[in-house]
Amino acid sequence: MSIPYTQKVLDHFMHPHNVGKLENADAQATEGSPACGDMVKVYLKVNPSGYRIEDIKFESYGCASNIATGSIITDLAKNKTLEEAKQINWKTANDELGGLPPVKVHCAVLAVDALRTAIENYEHQHGLLKEQVPTTEDLIMKRLSRVINPLAGLDVVRTKLVRECKINNGQAVVFVEMPEDHQFAVNIKNEIIERIEPLWDIDGVNVIFRGE
Amino acid sequence: MQERIYMDNSATTRTDPAVVEAMIPYFTDQYAVASSQFSHTPGIQAREALDQARAIIAGTMHADPESVVFTSGGTESNNLALKGTAWAFRGKKDHLIVSKTVHNSVLHSAQWLEKQGFRVTYADVDDQGFVDPDDIAGLLTDQTFLVSVQHANHETGTLQDIGAISDRCRKKEVLFHVDACRTLTMIELDLGTIPADLVSVSSHLVHGPKGVGALYIRPDTKIQKWQHGGYHEFDRRAGTENVAGAVGFGKAVELTKPEHTEAVRDMQKDLLDGLMSGIEGTVLNGAADLSRRHPGNVNVSFNRIEGESVVLHLDMKGISVITGSACFSRSLEPSYVMMAMGFTHERAHGSIRFTLSRFNRPDEIDRVVESSREVVEALRRISPLK
Repeated sequence: MSIPYTQKVLDHFMHPHNVGKLENADAQATEGSPACGDMVKVYLKVNPSGYRIEDIKFESYGCASNIATGSIITDLAKNKTLEEAKQINWKTANDELGGLPPVKVHCAVLAVDALRTAIENYEHQHGLLKEQVPTTEDLIMKRLSRVINPLAGLDVVRTKLVRECKINNGQAVVFVEMPEDHQFAVNIKNEIIERIEPLWDIDGVNVIFRGE
Repeated sequence: MQERIYMDNSATTRTDPAVVEAMIPYFTDQYAVASSQFSHTPGIQAREALDQARAIIAGTMHADPESVVFTSGGTESNNLALKGTAWAFRGKKDHLIVSKTVHNSVLHSAQWLEKQGFRVTYADVDDQGFVDPDDIAGLLTDQTFLVSVQHANHETGTLQDIGAISDRCRKKEVLFHVDACRTLTMIELDLGTIPADLVSVSSHLVHGPKGVGALYIRPDTKIQKWQHGGYHEFDRRAGTENVAGAVGFGKAVELTKPEHTEAVRDMQKDLLDGLMSGIEGTVLNGAADLSRRHPGNVNVSFNRIEGESVVLHLDMKGISVITGSACFSRSLEPSYVMMAMGFTHERAHGSIRFTLSRFNRPDEIDRVVESSREVVEALRRISPLK
């Protein structure tokens, strides 16, 4: 019995590939939050002729599994077309790493989610959607249910930090029940904007803090 | 490979080789059951060895040997203290108070007692982990039979003001239990000045063997026997006595010197200074006043990174520490001690506990600080949090 990670997980953890911020990224996405203990951010550079992922990088706040899956999925997605990269799932990542301990599989899911959301954001911003469904308030709330309330470790919708949003001529307005000078206000605002702004028919996002 | 540095002494300690030495005869030659004075010679000798160990442990607390009951360890001592008193008071009083940061063996015993119909108040702690003795006084009712706190917390090292809490309990004739598993031999507990009714201690945290501990029970304390069988341990805890274990425990306590505490305290200060001044964005968890903290405990959070990754990197560098991060725990929950102190999840996830003993050496401190700095910098480079 030794450390419950495969040598491959340890190699990627100790020397992760494709780490850091990608300047001038064409799309990006963040999943998880410090409150959950795991957070991963994926940046994409996409070649518009053929929609191939030219470069990909990730940043991770998290455990060894989180770092290792970020490393492996960015390896797998590099030089793939967006359609091919969409096929990467947590099982692919898990198999490539020689298996994660069962309690750590959610870390792989998180990294794959970040890759998929980044691709989806790119599609929204570059007119690649098969169906251009107009954004509704429900859809915004659904996207916001992936933003974590750092005070509770659960999402902002479930914890009623966000109860309401409005859409007006491509402008989304999100109301947050928290004072503007709260220590987490800036983080939450940035996360909300990052979630909503990529939507194809949203031109701007206004986050209004109205809590006591 | 460099020599391993073990800084997880709040989990368990190295058994002193002299302790192992002292125990061996009780496996090989003097293996008889410790029995009554009317038994055979080997049995009487085993009894004498057991009682000698009991006297050493009682002596460090200024207690009568007859009030010390050997158990299988701190967890059993805590179970006996809570469940034994609860059962003795059953039908008469039904309320007990435990601090929110007590060890799981107290916390989970209290939760189990709740299921049996007892009422439990989980007393708050402040952001350094301190219980306010006046809060406790305010929570006492005429139904309260027991208050249980830890002398030093296992994660943060915060020392409770057990003298003041004891006073509040005594005024209302409520039993006071102290879990002193982490302070025995390090910080004196004189039962003459601090009249606690029940005190749990453990061998393996003081360089003795695992599998043995003791519960001090003040004479005339109402407590129900919990483990049934023979009439061992003054008819308070059944089961063939672990003579070798008790001898080892006694030896470990006997080997302790006040200068050990001072040496550990010096290393604590150097380690804490090194981490705080050497690594930007480091915050101390637990008591800031080191005189109100366990001498061997350093618990810090490194902002913007997660603890399991730090632990694994340090392990690769031959350093053993642990974290309060959810990723590290079997339950995937962040440390309840940190959460009770009102910390954010992020601060709990980034917390690292370094715990020292007299087997650590001053020259290890520099390597631990330097390795921690390298690991924190590497993880911050790849962190999305800036």
